[in-house]
Amino acid sequence: MAYTEEELKKELETKEYEYGFYTEIESDTFPKGLNADIVRAISKKKNEPEWMTEWRLEAFRIWESMEEPEWANVRYEKPDFQAISYYSAPKKADPNKTMDDVDPELLEMYRKLGISLDEQKRLQNVAVDIVVDSVSVATTFQKTLEEKGILFMPISEAIQKHPELIKKYMGTVVPKTDNFYAALNSAVFTDGSFCYIPKGVKCPMELSTYFRINEGGTGQFERTLVIADESSYVSYLEGCTAPSRDENQLHAAVVELIALDDAEIKYSTVQNWFPGDSNGKGGVYNFVTKRGLCEKNSKISWTQVETGSAVTWKYPSCILKGDNSVGEFYSIAVTNNFQQADTGTKMVHLGKNTKSTIISKGISAGKSQNSYRGLVQVNSRAENARNFSQCDSLLMGNECGAHTFPYIEAKNKSAQIEHEATTSKIGEDQIFYCNQRGIDTEKAIALIVNGFSKEVLNKLPMEFAVEAQKLLEISLEGSVG
Amino acid sequence: MDLKEKLVSSFLAFESKVDVNHPVHDIRSAAIKNFELKGFPNKKQEAWKYTSLNNLQKIDFSVFPKKENVLEYKDVKKYFLHEIDTYKIVFIDGIYSSYLSETTHDGVDVCLMSSALTKPMYRQVIDVYFNKVASKEESLTTLNTAFSKEGAYIYIPKNKAPRKPIQILHLATGNEAALLLQPRNLIIAEENAELQVIERHQSLTENAVFTNSVTEIFAAKSARIDYYKVQNDKESATLVDNTYIDQKDTSNVSVHTFSFGGKLTRNNLNFYQDGERIDSTLKGVTILGEKQHVDHHTLVHHAQPNCESHQDYKGIFGEKSTGVFNGKIIVDKIAQKTNAFQQNNNILISDQATVNTKPQLEIFADDVKCSHGCTIGQLDEDALFYLQSRGIHKKEATALLMYAFANNVLESVRIPELKTRINSLIAQKLGVRVGFEM
Repeated sequence: MAYTEEELKKELETKEYEYGFYTEIESDTFPKGLNADIVRAISKKKNEPEWMTEWRLEAFRIWESMEEPEWANVRYEKPDFQAISYYSAPKKADPNKTMDDVDPELLEMYRKLGISLDEQKRLQNVAVDIVVDSVSVATTFQKTLEEKGILFMPISEAIQKHPELIKKYMGTVVPKTDNFYAALNSAVFTDGSFCYIPKGVKCPMELSTYFRINEGGTGQFERTLVIADESSYVSYLEGCTAPSRDENQLHAAVVELIALDDAEIKYSTVQNWFPGDSNGKGGVYNFVTKRGLCEKNSKISWTQVETGSAVTWKYPSCILKGDNSVGEFYSIAVTNNFQQADTGTKMVHLGKNTKSTIISKGISAGKSQNSYRGLVQVNSRAENARNFSQCDSLLMGNECGAHTFPYIEAKNKSAQIEHEATTSKIGEDQIFYCNQRGIDTEKAIALIVNGFSKEVLNKLPMEFAVEAQKLLEISLEGSVG
Repeated sequence: MDLKEKLVSSFLAFESKVDVNHPVHDIRSAAIKNFELKGFPNKKQEAWKYTSLNNLQKIDFSVFPKKENVLEYKDVKKYFLHEIDTYKIVFIDGIYSSYLSETTHDGVDVCLMSSALTKPMYRQVIDVYFNKVASKEESLTTLNTAFSKEGAYIYIPKNKAPRKPIQILHLATGNEAALLLQPRNLIIAEENAELQVIERHQSLTENAVFTNSVTEIFAAKSARIDYYKVQNDKESATLVDNTYIDQKDTSNVSVHTFSFGGKLTRNNLNFYQDGERIDSTLKGVTILGEKQHVDHHTLVHHAQPNCESHQDYKGIFGEKSTGVFNGKIIVDKIAQKTNAFQQNNNILISDQATVNTKPQLEIFADDVKCSHGCTIGQLDEDALFYLQSRGIHKKEATALLMYAFANNVLESVRIPELKTRINSLIAQKLGVRVGFEM
C-alpha cells in the first residue's frame, strides 16, 4: 500500500463524499424543458453551421419516437426530461482564452480536486481539456500536439474548424437511432472532446479530459469522438467527479472511437460521480453509450474503474470489423450503499482472425446491486475468432447482489470462445492471516480487494492507477461485515 | 383463425369432456385466462430471444385426436428400453394405450393422470400437489394446465421404491395431418422414496406434431429421483418440455436430457430448492444436424442454506443446426453456503451451425461458491492427429473424441442398459461404429 496509516485514518474520518463541495460560478442556464426550439437554441449558442442544426433536429425527432429502455437490471425513478435544463455554461468562457482568462474560482475548484493546471503542465506531461458544465474552459499543451499534427479540442470547436472530419465520422459508430440515450445526446450535446491522430503518429502524451457536473439541475451531455488514422496510437484518459446533490442528475454521454488500419486506441476511465448518500438519496444517473470501431489490424482497449453514480448503465463495446483486429475490455465496478450498476461490454467479431478479451471484476457491498452484462458475437464470416471472458464477483455482506448476464452467440465453426465466471466472498482465513500479521481488518480488505482487481488496475496508465486504487478503498469504507 | 384463438375457443369444447365441478377445473379456468392474455411467447421476450414459435402457429393443429389408434408392440418395440423389465405408461396420439402399458398399484401408484384427476381416492394428493410448482404465469405452461387431463401419475409413499424403472412413452401415429399433444405428468416421491423414470416422445410419420408437456416433480425429505429424457424425434416434431421440480431437505434429484433430434425442442427445466442440504443435478448431451434447433433453458433457485447444484451441458452442432443454452442460477439472501456449478461446452462442426449461450448468475448471498464456465470451440487438432498416427481413421477418431467430450454426462447415468442405448444413439448420430463399449 502506497500510503501510511495516518492517511487512511484521516480518510476514514471523512466518510462523506470527499469531493462533495459546490463552487459558486455564475452560469448562463437555459430554461428547463426540451423541444425543437431548445435544440435549435443550443445549436445557435454554439454557433453551429446549418447541417449540424439539422443533424440535431433529426436526432431529436428520433428520440421523441423512442421509449426509455427497461431491460437493464436497475431500478430507479425515471428522470423527467422536461425538468432538466439542457444548457449551462460558465459565463467567462471565451474561445480565445488563455490561462489568465480562466475564472479564479474555477482554478480553486481544480485545486481542491488535485488537478492544478500548472502542475499538470510541468510535472505530469498530461494535456488536460477541462470540461466544466459542458463547455471547455482551458486547453493545454495544444502547441506540442499541433506540431505533431494532432487535433485535440472541444468538439464544438471541431465542428467549426474541421467539419469534414465531423461529417465523415460523427454518428457512424453510435448512430442517432442507436438507443434512447444516444438519440437524446445527439440532439442536445453541448460539448465534449474531439481528437484526431494523423497517419503514422504516436501521440507523445496521454490525452486527458476531466468532466465535472456543476450547476444544479443541469444534465451533462458529452460527446467524444476519437479518430486514430492509419498506424497511429493514442492513449486517452477520462475522469469524473461531481458535487454532492439531493436531486438526481442525469448524465448521458456518447463516446465514439474509430481506429483505422493498424491504429491503436487505449481509452481509460475513472468514474467517481456522486453515488448518493448512505441512505440512497441523490446521486448521478449515468447512462452512457461507448463504442469503438476497429479496422484492419487495429486495436481498441477499454479500461474502466467505476466507483460512483447512483445508477450506471454503460457498455463500452468494440466492433471488430477489420481482419486481425483486437478488442479489449478491462473493468472494475464497485458498488456500495444503494448503488446500482449494470455494466459490461459487447464484442462483435466481423473480420477474420479477430481477438477479444474481457476481464470484468465486480465488487458489491452494502445494499448495492452489481450486474455484468456482455455480448460476444461471432458472425459467420469471422474465421478463427477468439474470445476469452472472465467475470469475477466479490460480495461483501449479505444484503448486496451480484449478477451476470453473458450472451454468447457463435455462428462460425472455427470460433474459440471461453467464458468463466465466479462469485465468492473475502475468505475469513485471508482476513485472519492479515490480522495476525498486524494488519487491521479494514486495511486487510483494502489489500485483498486490490489483489482481486490487480489484473485491471495494471492496465491503467500510471497516474490513474494510483487514483483508482485510492478510490476503491474510499468506496468500500465501512463495508466490513 | 390463428392457433391461439383456436385453442381458446376449444376450451369450451374441452369443458364438456371434464367434470367442471372438480376443484381442478378452477385451476384450468384461471390458466386459460392467463394464456388468453399472454398468447404464445415471441422473440421479443428475453426468455425466447433465440427460439421462435412463429412457424408453428401457422399450422392448423387438431387439438383433440379424433379416434383411438392401435399399434403393434413389434412395430414400436425399438422405442422402448426393452432390454430390461420396466413399468410402462404408453400414450398413442395422447390417448392411453392399456395394451402397450404396464401399470401398478402394488405399494406404489404408477398409473394415469386422468384417474388421479377424477377418482375421489386421489383427491387429497391432487389438492396438495397439482399445479403447486408449475408456473401460473408462463404462457405455455398455463396452456397445458388449462387442457390438463391425461398423462402419467406416479406416487411413491414413504420409504418405498418401485421394483423397476418406469418408462413414459408418447407415440404419435400421424393419423391427423397435424396434432397438438399436451401431456401433464405428476410425480411425487414421499420421504426417503426412490424412483427412476425414462421419458420419450416419438412420432412415427412425417406429419407435424407439437407437444407441449408439463411435468411436476415433488421430492420430499431424503427422496431420490433420477429422470432421463430421450429426445430423438423426427424432423416434423416440435417439443416444448416444461419440467418443474420441488425439492425438500436432503433430497437428491437428477435430470439427464439427451437431445438428438426433432425440428424444434425447448426444454424448460426448473429446480426449486426448498430445504437444506439438497443436491440437484442437471445434465445434457445435445448432438444435432440438419436444421434442428434445441433450446435448453434451466433455472436453479437456491432458497435455503447448504445446498448444491451441478449443471453440465455438452453440445455438438453440425449442418445448419442451432443450439441454445440459457442457464440461470438464483441464490437467495438466506441461502448461505450454497455451491452452484454450471458448465456448458459446445463444439461447432459446421459453418452454418449456430450456438447461442447465456449462462446467468443472480446472487444475493455472500458466503457462496458459484461458478459458471462456457466454451465454444472445435476438436483438438493435436489429439485428432495423434489418433490418426495410430492408424485410426479420421472419421472414427473424430467420433472417439466426441464420445470423450460427451462422456462426463453419461457417467452419471445409473441404468447401464440406458447408457448402452445412448451410446449407440450417439454412434448412429455421428455415423460411425466404434468397436467397443464405452
